[in-house]
Amino acid sequence: MGLLTFSRGGIHPPENKISAGKLIESPGQPEIVIIPVSQHLGAPSKVLVNRGDTVKTGQVIAEPNGFVSTNIHSSVTGKVLKVDLFPDSSGYRRQAVQIQVAEDEWVDGIDLSEDLVKDFNLSTEEIRNKVLQAGIVGLGGATFPSHVKLMTPKGKTAEYLIINGVECEPYLTADHSLMLEKSAEIVVGIRIMMKGLGVEKAIIGIENNKPDAIEVITKASAEYNNIKVQPLKVQYPQGGEKQLVQALLKREVPSGGLPIDVGVVAFNVGTIYAAYLAVQKNRPLIERVVTITGKSVKNPSNFLTRVGTPVSFLVEKAGGLPEDTAKVINGGPMMGKALSNLDVPIVKGSSGILLIKEDEAHRKEMQSCIRCSKCVTVCPMGLEPYLLMTQAEKGMFEDLEDNKVMDCIECGSCAYTCPSSRPLLDYIRLGKAEVGKIIRSRKAV
Amino acid sequence: MNKLVVSPSPHARTKESVPKLMYGVMISLVPALAVSIYFFGISMLIITAVSIVSCVLFEFLIQKFILKGKPSHLDGSAILTGMLLAFTLPANIPFWMVMIGALVAIGIGKMTFGGLGNNIFNPALVGRVFLFISFPVAMTSWPEPLQRLKYIDAETGATPLGMLKEGLANQDVSELMTEMPSYMDLFIGKMMGSVGEVAALALLIGLIYLLIKKIITWHIPVTILLTVAFFTGILWLINPESYADPLFHLLTGGLMLGAIYMATDYVTSPMTKKGMVIYAVFIGIITVLIRVFGAYPEGVQFAILIMNAFVPLLNKYIKPKRFGKELKNG
Repeated sequence: MGLLTFSRGGIHPPENKISAGKLIESPGQPEIVIIPVSQHLGAPSKVLVNRGDTVKTGQVIAEPNGFVSTNIHSSVTGKVLKVDLFPDSSGYRRQAVQIQVAEDEWVDGIDLSEDLVKDFNLSTEEIRNKVLQAGIVGLGGATFPSHVKLMTPKGKTAEYLIINGVECEPYLTADHSLMLEKSAEIVVGIRIMMKGLGVEKAIIGIENNKPDAIEVITKASAEYNNIKVQPLKVQYPQGGEKQLVQALLKREVPSGGLPIDVGVVAFNVGTIYAAYLAVQKNRPLIERVVTITGKSVKNPSNFLTRVGTPVSFLVEKAGGLPEDTAKVINGGPMMGKALSNLDVPIVKGSSGILLIKEDEAHRKEMQSCIRCSKCVTVCPMGLEPYLLMTQAEKGMFEDLEDNKVMDCIECGSCAYTCPSSRPLLDYIRLGKAEVGKIIRSRKAV
Repeated sequence: MNKLVVSPSPHARTKESVPKLMYGVMISLVPALAVSIYFFGISMLIITAVSIVSCVLFEFLIQKFILKGKPSHLDGSAILTGMLLAFTLPANIPFWMVMIGALVAIGIGKMTFGGLGNNIFNPALVGRVFLFISFPVAMTSWPEPLQRLKYIDAETGATPLGMLKEGLANQDVSELMTEMPSYMDLFIGKMMGSVGEVAALALLIGLIYLLIKKIITWHIPVTILLTVAFFTGILWLINPESYADPLFHLLTGGLMLGAIYMATDYVTSPMTKKGMVIYAVFIGIITVLIRVFGAYPEGVQFAILIMNAFVPLLNKYIKPKRFGKELKNG
């Protein structure tokens, strides 16, 4: 089996997968959870519970508020303390349900056993509906509601289901551990999603720094010859949807388009596992694997964490906050967000918590651009980051649009690689925000 | 707990830095330095030291008293400019000329544009060309190699390219070649020429180091060398009695130094791979035109400076291949 990878740009930062090989464990439940009603891309869900209500684990506490929206379930049993604004991982205060945790009691009709269920008789409609009911969103980080992806738009055909087992972010091992321990379930999930999409072919892409995962998934999928496991050469940002599709199929998603424009729908392995639980066991998405790691963390772990659990609770369970922690990141070091407050909750899109030591937490002072062209070389989208930064700095928004600033996937390869420590991506984000406004106002006219 | 640091992603950064890159280039120059000390001895040390110290000093003075900015003289780039300028000079040039060259290189070539990253032309070449035009005699009297303890008083002669240019007026190439150093001498650097340009072998070792360390890519140096070999090869095939063969062209003059160290200067070369190849092809063509049809025996310095001027244009019109086609009706 030859190794594939995407063809343009890319970097190879130190992998630092400290928590690789750690079994998935439960950290237990905190005393209080905070469940935001906007854990997905699209409209925030509409809250259905009030202060003082008693809720059970798995009970719907917020319903979809539009097509691109989804269900939110209580991840615990207990009493609703408040429905109010709470700070989320981005630092904004957003609506959330705060629940005092009591003894775990699930709502009826959910199969809580560990038995593998293989029921392939459900119709496409039923699968889609169960995915929506279970509140499934993309667990790779984008958190796009999955039921929407299962509805192929008119005029397009889905040909391939692509499963993202790349986990190219340094440090994170949540998907890796899931593939190791739930390979059979993931393969059933793939079969279900293939049916939900009406496609005949599925490819799962895994970077070859996870040979154990490649092996178990290959074994688990051996009986289905239309599911292919494709090892990939380690290269960041291979987990980017466009890069993965290109690496696996040599098809380039058009500028401003979606994978479906080239006949592909892509899901993260975590999403596939959640879909298995939803469709075969009626289990809603209320917990996920979260890696908690860092160079001075005492017990780097992969925790099966209930949504709404405060970050600080997980940090305690992993051995407490190390003295030298200066930065806490929700996600990986390349695309994660730095937290200012450790009381914020884990949400559906949280793949890891990374604690960074003082000596690695600060940016170096910016130097002049020496036009070394490394940013151009590493950009996976074929952009010119040095130029976009200058144009954003000077407010040249028309030029920014012509130079395809909106194609930027914000992977951070340019800023990572810059020998002058220039904040390339910061300025590109500013430019994208302004150009985005201009494009929207043009459409509104 | 102390307050947490909050900043936008990415939170990981390369260990690379501008000084590290500059020192990497200097390390790659060590073989060439060693060969030139072997052939030119004490004079090589004098002019290299004077050139480096002058470049660093002038950058410091200009930065401190004229631009009133942060000191930048130790970021490695001034040292490198000094080193490269020295490499383009004959070993017997008076040291005060070296200082003038350094002042022009740093003062006019670099700092007038705003310092590192902003200059259009390669500073070391600006300094060299200034000296070449101002002091044509001193800049074209080349000491013979292996007079290690002599400096200004060294015996001088013409470079192989100079002999070729002069000689072709009344002799054939085959006759001239009998008077030239052997190809092996040309390859190891036993000939007359600038201190740093003679050692093709040492410069090629430097190129391999730069490529392995990923400080530069192959696009510029390899394309220039291939282009020169291609066009001199065509001329040679047409008439081997009037035109020297490609190997002779590759091994003589400042071509190696220019292709590997001058044309690849980050600041003054294009930002895209496609742009780099176009830039390098034209450097190769202009070099051959000047060498074969021009008034000067060597043209690579002018070729690079001319193409430096086109770099902004290349950056504007030669774009990298974007990911994904334009969406129809989008």
